[in-house]
Amino acid sequence: MMHGTRINFGWGRVVVLTVIALAATVVPLPELLEPFRPNFVALTVLWFCLLSPRLLGLSYAWIAGLALDGFAGVLLGQHALTLTVIAYVACKLRLQIRAFPPLQQSAVILALLWLNEFLLFWIDGVAGHAITDWRRWISVPVSAAFWPLVAGLYARYAARR
Amino acid sequence: MSSHESDPRPLLLGGPALGLRLLVLAAMAAGLMVADHRQHRLAAIRDAVATLAYPIQWAISTPVQAFDAMRKSLATKTNVEAENVKLASDNLVLRLKLLRFDSLEQENQRLRAARESSARAVQRTLVAEILRVDLDPFRQRVLVNKGTRAGVFRGQAVIDASGIFGQVTRAGPYSAEIILISDPEHAIPVQVNRTGARSIALGTGRSGLLSLPYLPQNTDVIVGDLLVSSGLGGVYPPGYPVAKVTAVERDPGQPLLAVEAEPLAGLDRVPEVLLVWFDSAIVEPEPEAEPEAAAQPQPVTPAPAQAPGDAPPQAAEPTLPPGDAR
Repeated sequence: MMHGTRINFGWGRVVVLTVIALAATVVPLPELLEPFRPNFVALTVLWFCLLSPRLLGLSYAWIAGLALDGFAGVLLGQHALTLTVIAYVACKLRLQIRAFPPLQQSAVILALLWLNEFLLFWIDGVAGHAITDWRRWISVPVSAAFWPLVAGLYARYAARR
Repeated sequence: MSSHESDPRPLLLGGPALGLRLLVLAAMAAGLMVADHRQHRLAAIRDAVATLAYPIQWAISTPVQAFDAMRKSLATKTNVEAENVKLASDNLVLRLKLLRFDSLEQENQRLRAARESSARAVQRTLVAEILRVDLDPFRQRVLVNKGTRAGVFRGQAVIDASGIFGQVTRAGPYSAEIILISDPEHAIPVQVNRTGARSIALGTGRSGLLSLPYLPQNTDVIVGDLLVSSGLGGVYPPGYPVAKVTAVERDPGQPLLAVEAEPLAGLDRVPEVLLVWFDSAIVEPEPEAEPEAAAQPQPVTPAPAQAPGDAPPQAAEPTLPPGDAR
């Protein structure tokens, strides 16, 4: 779903997509819907890793994670760490993942997002404020379900002149 | 950078370079976390990130607020009239209460002077607007539009019109993060207004619920009791309403009561809060009053009859803990 024939991607577009993803993370939702909010920053990082790991690989994941930490007001560095780890796995398996059909791709993304959430859970626990509420895991499958949509939109945006 | 098809570099990524980068970045992230968690040394980085994030947060919050304001300004005439009638009657009630306020305050100050205790009343307040952005959904935190530039500091008490709201956990230059009293990591020292029994109210993570897990079985507390801040700890001004008791579970098999309370402040409703400055003198327990408070769990169960005799300071002055006198 990301075989655009020519990808036209300047730093301006990278910044725009990153800011939109960050904004989507904090835009107010009704309280009931809040746990269902997809992890847009993680999806964006994964998409960039699959698209062009040389330009926007681990370092980009680290910076986006740090920005997310600042935005959400959590321990500085925790999203930076977890996003870098899943970006590493995505970069390693990039060629396989890109060849997968959409459903299988979503399944891999699901596994990566679960790893991300598990690492966050673990860091929270080590830092002494674990959130044991089961609803924290809801966002993982929801994000994976959003993957085809997000990847499709980003590919369109990238293919635009 | 426009096309990657003719990129001459090797097709397959990975190998030592990628692994090395992961190690370096992970170590940097871990270092940041340790520095942030252990020493709180990252104030400069925090401030920078908060300042960068603020315009975006503001840009998200403003349309939402504008929409709310628009809906309000389009309210129908009947709604406005009804609200006006309600406000007028509220005003009457408040004025009646105020008639006695001045003389009572005078009297209170004279009595405090006689006891040589300072008043510790709120001296200055600052109205701050809550930004309409969602932080972590499982923590009860909000962002307000005033920061260190307005004199806000870490640990500052925050109240709203109906009770205690929370305290400032992080103050950036233009914004500050407030932890609500309902956050699972928050605890506020309270006392039962009716009896003076002191305890600690813990947040639960739900905005309508506090829990008081440290009250002994024989404590006199009933549903409907008002909990006010005791002022111990020096963060919150004493005597401000915190919550109303909604459930008391007396399980004889348990050593302690399970008490639930509902915060009075509109934690998930109000659009603005008050940051307060007060004379936050450290409260040191009065030498002879503290043992008595420690002996608070009285041996006999019918507490209402027993309480005035056993704990005279609390019973005499319900809103003032014995430790308040300095």
